[in-house]
Amino acid sequence: MSTTFWIIIAGAIATYLTRIGGHLVISRFENIHPRVEAGLNAVPAAVLTTLVAPELLNAGPAEWAALVVTAVASLRGGLMSMFLAGAAVLILARQSVG
Amino acid sequence: MSAETLTENSLASDFWQGVRLSMPVVVASAPFAVLFGALAVDNGFSVLEAFLMSALVYGGASQMVGIQLFGQHVAPWLIVLSIFAVNFRHVLYSAGIGRRIAHWPVVSQALGYFILTDPQFAVAEARAQSGQTVGFAWYLGLGLPVYVFWVVESALGALFGKLIPDTHALGIDFLLPIYFLGLVMGFRKRPLWLPVVIASACASIIAYKTVGSPWHVSIGAIAGVLLAVILPPHHSGVETRR
Repeated sequence: MSTTFWIIIAGAIATYLTRIGGHLVISRFENIHPRVEAGLNAVPAAVLTTLVAPELLNAGPAEWAALVVTAVASLRGGLMSMFLAGAAVLILARQSVG
Repeated sequence: MSAETLTENSLASDFWQGVRLSMPVVVASAPFAVLFGALAVDNGFSVLEAFLMSALVYGGASQMVGIQLFGQHVAPWLIVLSIFAVNFRHVLYSAGIGRRIAHWPVVSQALGYFILTDPQFAVAEARAQSGQTVGFAWYLGLGLPVYVFWVVESALGALFGKLIPDTHALGIDFLLPIYFLGLVMGFRKRPLWLPVVIASACASIIAYKTVGSPWHVSIGAIAGVLLAVILPPHHSGVETRR
């Protein structure tokens, strides 16, 4: 079996643990400490930010334009519209800047 | 009409009621399923692997993170850890929905947790809060179409992705950062969002420059989460929900 296959299996098990784990573990506690809850709340934004930020170091004008437009579009629309706006700017800018 | 047919009829109608509610989710997730398949192939997955990941992991953002890191040749265990970290929010959904579905048979519960995605939790929790029972038939009607379409569309996206000749001109290589930025912006109403994002961004850039990839992911994430833990609780707004 390939490494990819094992990554998928382990990723699936890890994901299932998060989906059943709250029921099995957290619901046994009467209440969660506010600091722990604040930390849990911060997890998705913290992880996802680390996937964007270093890209800024290698980004050219086309990539910067796309990210700025995505951020601005997010103030208005949902995930799909901001994604399409960012992608459209990226493709147009790459055609002209290269 | 016997009591048995009555129950069967109401189960079927519960199921179809769930299916109707699933349609907006099916439509909204379709482009991301196709995108996932296409990007998975672009990052070195086979069509079968893209299909398997959608069928077994079944979590959009974490699948995107997985293929992004896979494309950067990050160590396998770190890819799995990152998938786990992105999906960690489900722990809260699971704790919340647990009391709504505690009356189901254990096997149904086990299946129910497998399809517990963000929209599945949101819609089911809304039904529970309106005072209605969250039954298994209704829950399955809500979740099954989303699952089936997600898996099929991922496979189609992977097949289609193999046909794209010039991925740079079409910006395929930079679609994931745009998508991730979109997700980050989607969390902006949460307490402490800006400080967490700034802390994670700075820490991940510094780590990327010094320690190097892939450690910037873990280091950046830990910095943001630690900041949220350290700041006084009245800033994080969690105690107001009591």
